[in-house]
Amino acid sequence: MGSSLEAGIGLAAVAPFVAALLAPYIHRFAGAYAGWILAIVPASIFIYLLGFADTVIHGHTVATAMEWIPAYGINLSFLVDGLSLIFALTISGVGTLIILYSGAYLAGHHHQGRFLGYMLAFMGAMLGLVLADSLLALFLFWELTSVTSFLLIGFDHSRQAARRGAIQALVITNIGGMFLLAGAILVYQMAGAWDMSAVRAMGEVLRGSDLYVLVLICFLGAAFTKSAQFPLHFWLPNAMEAPTPVSAFLHSATMVQAGVYLLARMTPSLGGTDIWTNVLVIFGGVTLIWGSLGALKQTDLKQILAQTTIASLGLLVLLIGLGSTYAIAAMVVYFVAHAFYKAGLFMVAGAIDHEAGTREITALSGLAEKMPATFIGAALAALSMVGLPLTIGYFAKEEMYLGLMSGEWTAIAVIIVLVAGNAMLAGIAMLVMIRPFLGEAVATPKKPHEAPIAMLAGPLVLGACGIIAGILPDWLGHDVLVPGSTAILGREVESHLTLALDVTSLLFWLSAATWGLGVLVYRQADMIRTVLRRFDKALGWTADTVFDHVMFGLIRFSGAVTRFLHHGQLEFYLVVVFGALAVALFGPMLIWGGLDWLVPTAELGDWSQRLIVPALQPYEWGVLALAVLGLIAVVIAPSRLIAILSLGVQGTAVALIFLLFGAPDLAFTQLMVEILSVVILTFVMTRLRLDQRDHRPFEDWARDGTLAIVCGLGVSLLLMLVLNGTLDTRLSDFFTATSVPIAHGHNIVNVILVDYRGFDTLGEIAVVMGAGMAVLALLRRQRKLTAQVPPSAEPAKPKRVRKSRKAAS
Amino acid sequence: MNTVIFRTLAPLIVAIMLVFSVYVTLRGHNEPGGGFIGGLIAAASIAVFGMAAGVRAVRRSLYFDPMAIAGFGVVLAGLSGLMSLFTQSPFMTSIWLYVEFGNSIIPLSTPMFFDIGVYCVVFGTLSAIALSLESDREEDL
Repeated sequence: MGSSLEAGIGLAAVAPFVAALLAPYIHRFAGAYAGWILAIVPASIFIYLLGFADTVIHGHTVATAMEWIPAYGINLSFLVDGLSLIFALTISGVGTLIILYSGAYLAGHHHQGRFLGYMLAFMGAMLGLVLADSLLALFLFWELTSVTSFLLIGFDHSRQAARRGAIQALVITNIGGMFLLAGAILVYQMAGAWDMSAVRAMGEVLRGSDLYVLVLICFLGAAFTKSAQFPLHFWLPNAMEAPTPVSAFLHSATMVQAGVYLLARMTPSLGGTDIWTNVLVIFGGVTLIWGSLGALKQTDLKQILAQTTIASLGLLVLLIGLGSTYAIAAMVVYFVAHAFYKAGLFMVAGAIDHEAGTREITALSGLAEKMPATFIGAALAALSMVGLPLTIGYFAKEEMYLGLMSGEWTAIAVIIVLVAGNAMLAGIAMLVMIRPFLGEAVATPKKPHEAPIAMLAGPLVLGACGIIAGILPDWLGHDVLVPGSTAILGREVESHLTLALDVTSLLFWLSAATWGLGVLVYRQADMIRTVLRRFDKALGWTADTVFDHVMFGLIRFSGAVTRFLHHGQLEFYLVVVFGALAVALFGPMLIWGGLDWLVPTAELGDWSQRLIVPALQPYEWGVLALAVLGLIAVVIAPSRLIAILSLGVQGTAVALIFLLFGAPDLAFTQLMVEILSVVILTFVMTRLRLDQRDHRPFEDWARDGTLAIVCGLGVSLLLMLVLNGTLDTRLSDFFTATSVPIAHGHNIVNVILVDYRGFDTLGEIAVVMGAGMAVLALLRRQRKLTAQVPPSAEPAKPKRVRKSRKAAS
Repeated sequence: MNTVIFRTLAPLIVAIMLVFSVYVTLRGHNEPGGGFIGGLIAAASIAVFGMAAGVRAVRRSLYFDPMAIAGFGVVLAGLSGLMSLFTQSPFMTSIWLYVEFGNSIIPLSTPMFFDIGVYCVVFGTLSAIALSLESDREEDL
């Protein structure tokens, strides 16, 4: 089967991104039909992926890999098995309908092409995520989904709420991404492989390791942020600021499921331990209940659906945590069911908003007459969400109860949570289906009429799929449940789905209880909402406000740090820099005993021998004296101009010393730098009062003098130490020997600069130019300031002195 | 500093310094010198010229904006490194060409162009800073 199919994987992986790049251009000439044209891409990927179904159903997998970073053994590997195929088919299938839908939903929007591009890019990232086998590739696509979803949530970037939602989603999911990277690296350290298919066989090693809990925290952090688990769930409702197609696609069927997918994928490697089960079941259960209650609080259709998505994600995580065969089977079926009905319902919500002008459930009623096709779509989806027989939702529900019939008290507790959660979801489903559509027609902001066909296709097709899957349990069991669960659990799973209802079994009564409670929730929805809102008011804060406080706190903190470290007082910077230099000089010498030879021993006589007076020529002594004189002149100079010139004298003397000891290049450079710094400093200083001395308080004198002496002493000692050892001449020998034959030059210094280390020099001249531009920018800014402010109030000048010196050296 | 002697002599000094800077740059591969030093000398000459003739005259005679010269230097240095693409060797591998010119042989090489690039960067950046500081006094730019 495989080879011809495998060859297409690369094409399928690249196609969405290419389409994304082309989308704006296609939109330019195709206008409103761009959606129809671009939908071809996901549709073809869907059909192409269907080709794998046969292989996967027969229990085989398809793997392909290409070299990525061979030096580290990292490959870009992909794996198609039951789990990834179900996810990939959902992504491309729902994606096709969503692209169609966005074409109509945003018809006439001037950035529609861009939007379609973002959508396709996101889809490509998501497909890559579920098909990737390498943990690093998974991480890459994981981050890519975060970035593309950021663009999509903030698509309507002129609104502040959209920007906030986008940033919040990015912050939360990216923190998760960092967790994922850390987890992936840890797993590699332990298992020695990046590929998850290889890691799976190392499950025992991972679970037995000391680092197991750490790895678990990393992966849970990633999964919980992406899949909006309590208490990190708050970004998802805010992400609803995105256009509705985004909500339908990213925040119900795909991106938020990435965390669920990751947990399912890591089940054989990390799952099955007590801590795994407890954490997932507890957090999943809390999220389920919290999300359901949250949904009951809302009146906006999209917000209701967003909260139920949180609940469903909690449910999926809970099921993965349970980890039994039934639970995993239920998770697979529920994932498919959820993708069908939630994406459909979101699209219905968007259609209502689009055609009636509002999403407030309290302001809508009796739309069924005007929008019959939309109503059918909503009804099909909602029936599945309630979990009535003959829908896929029924099997999902049955399967999760089935796994918990053991009678243990923990199982009973979980069942109570599940029934409560499912009942609330069922009640909400009825609310969403019945409130806007049935009853008396009321006036809406827009005159309602049927949505265009491109917007109807999604809900109708997905709703129909839910029903078809519901009346064909053999197909659902054999083609979805078995390959999916087998891939997660790593052992053969059998299907046992059947349509028969057994009225005598406890299972039936659990379902009946769910429906009954659901009806109750539906009937009392308004009362429940009032009570819940009252609780909210009493509580006063939510995770959302906590996020705001944390973010603002972070900004305040960084502001405080900046003010502390970067307050603009140049003197202080210099003190810090030279203080650090002193520590860097003396620290190692003290720690590794470089100063031992200075310590006077019992025989003081040694000291005189240590102080070796260098044998210098008289003119060399003269130059040395010149340097010292220059230095003394700097210190006692009566005016600044004289101080600058004295500094020049001292520098020139140093240049002379270089010249005398055989470094003409260095001497030349030193001389020119000295001349230029004197000139530039003079330019700066002539605008200050040159004839005056600095009047500095004694403390400054003492501080700066101490620092200068300490640093100077440190450098001298270091140089003496260096001279004590033997000089390693390997490098200079190499350069001397090869300079002429390789680089055709006799001047080794220059040859090193332009040839051996040319790349460094290129970087350095780029830095010189960058520093120059910074100085110019500062000067221009200052000129503007002085043009505005009267000349007496001159801003800090020394800043420019330092800058220009830096650029010159 | 605007004395008659200085103003009369300055163009001469500047011309000598500029020629010398080119000489120092070109001989740098075998004798002390090179693009960095050459650029420093040229920048110093520009500073001298600025003191004598004023910033406006210097800008007029330079014709190009000093920062543009610096930018050209970075590009030239980068391009001279890219030349190695034509010989299918790694970035910055030097290429040497010996051109016969009458009785003498002139060696042309990518390191030489690289050095000229360095010269332009140092010259351009430092002149820009010096001129900008000087023009602060003269209220013109």
